[in-house]
Amino acid sequence: MMFSKEMLNLFLEGTLETFYMVVMSTLLAYLIGLPLGVLLVVSGEDGIRPMPVLNRTLGVVINLLRSAPFLILLVALTPVTRAILGTSLGSTATIVPLVIGSAPFIARMVESSIKEVDGGVIEAAQSMGASPMQIVLRVMLPEAKPSLTVGAAIAVTTILGYSAMAGFVGGGGLGTIAVNYGVHRYQTDVMLVTLALLVAIVQVFQEVGMHIAARIDKRRR
Amino acid sequence: MDQKEIIRIEGLTKRFSGKNGDVVALEGIDLSINQGEIFGIIGLSGAGKSTLVRCMNLLERPTEGRVFVDGQELSALTEKQLRQARRGIGMIFQQFNLLMQSTAIENICFPLLLSGVNRREAEKRALELLEIVGLSDRRNAYPAQLSGGQKQRIAIARALANEPKVLLCDEATSALDPTTTRSILLLLKEINERLGITIVVITHEMRVVEEICSRVAILDASHVAEMGKVEEIFRRPKTAAARRLLFPGREQRAEAPAFGAKNQRMLRIVFDGMTPFEPVIANMVLVCGAPVNILFANTRAIEGKTVGQMIVQLPEAEDAVSRIEAYLNAQNVHYEEVTDDVL
Repeated sequence: MMFSKEMLNLFLEGTLETFYMVVMSTLLAYLIGLPLGVLLVVSGEDGIRPMPVLNRTLGVVINLLRSAPFLILLVALTPVTRAILGTSLGSTATIVPLVIGSAPFIARMVESSIKEVDGGVIEAAQSMGASPMQIVLRVMLPEAKPSLTVGAAIAVTTILGYSAMAGFVGGGGLGTIAVNYGVHRYQTDVMLVTLALLVAIVQVFQEVGMHIAARIDKRRR
Repeated sequence: MDQKEIIRIEGLTKRFSGKNGDVVALEGIDLSINQGEIFGIIGLSGAGKSTLVRCMNLLERPTEGRVFVDGQELSALTEKQLRQARRGIGMIFQQFNLLMQSTAIENICFPLLLSGVNRREAEKRALELLEIVGLSDRRNAYPAQLSGGQKQRIAIARALANEPKVLLCDEATSALDPTTTRSILLLLKEINERLGITIVVITHEMRVVEEICSRVAILDASHVAEMGKVEEIFRRPKTAAARRLLFPGREQRAEAPAFGAKNQRMLRIVFDGMTPFEPVIANMVLVCGAPVNILFANTRAIEGKTVGQMIVQLPEAEDAVSRIEAYLNAQNVHYEEVTDDVL
């Protein structure tokens, strides 16, 4: 199977576009999901600053967003994307639904990572006069760092999967190439190459994430 | 009594609301702890002692009653004032509760950084504290690389960082082996003497109280059953709760055989782990040529050392008694005479 120079350029471009979408979306989704996840823990029943109404409302909203299949969300959000960016096509436009679709999922992952932090350590910090903000910034987040890193690796690969789905609605990146050439023109070889590239990218993110998580975790000797 | 009071608890009651109605953890506790003393609070598990110590820095809010520390009524402070007050009350825990992702020195700096001390100052202070707890060479180790005793030493250094007036110890030695327990207790005693910090020790082990406390409160079923000087309580426990803690397992034993006259004298012999393992009592009987009746014994051999206590009934002959006392003195065994209501 030999590809023309143009085709190879297309693959390269698609890969770079996919990287761009995934990295940007992950960063923006964490900007929303991380504080939400922290808020879920802090405001919980046994949290350091219980706020039952806020906690329950947040929980419901997150569950609603999470229960919508991403492909549906992708289409449903086109007016929103168009309102923000003026277009719903291309890789930049895809970032909007990617962020909205993955932030709730990230919030839940952050929540579960932070809940793993030993309650005794939090109690010790309280006994030293730490404020809730200090507990979040100096105890919860640093102590949960390895687990948060594993979560981030999972989040990146999930977002990568979502970004490929966006190919069906002109989202750009490797997904679009797979849809345009593989689905519409029956060029199975092109589809297989994009698939291989996607698998390779997932592997890289996953391996790097796990490696970092293991290296920064000081609980092992 | 010219001793200054540092902790006062008045009419403290703590109830937890559970699914099956309220659970009373503490009821009508009145307590006064003097500046500079080591005060023990002992009780069986479930007696409410951990809740009580958590009321002393308001990690647990009392349902009723008032808590004063260093003249401040903690229960009347705002959140912000309370955080400030807590900086003057150090606390250590059974499970050490160190930051697992931070090194020893970072753990000790932690409370200082919380109070806004700059990093350079904090590290300087942390190095001094590492010196006090004898772990200067482990400053860059993570908690996972330290033994239990070392972790507790780091926790003690951390608790002392803000120069507290009071140090609360919640079962601080319960996760440690006897030898390490002893070294931690000695460290606490040294800190108490050197820095004049008042120490409150929560424990279920009588030997901890015996080793370092000057006064003790016995907590039983949410109430203070008995309170007083440690040696007083050892000599004449007034309540069943105190006797249960002093002489565990006694209730399962058949009634002590009543040998001889009712008013016979008794000795409590304490094996503190410093006596090499040898048959002290048997030798005593042989050397002194006087039989004794063992009324109670609770001893264990740990790493070749005997730990525990024994109560023996003394023979009637005066000269036999003085021979026994002389023998025990010579063997460096701690003993004291007790009245027959201890059992």
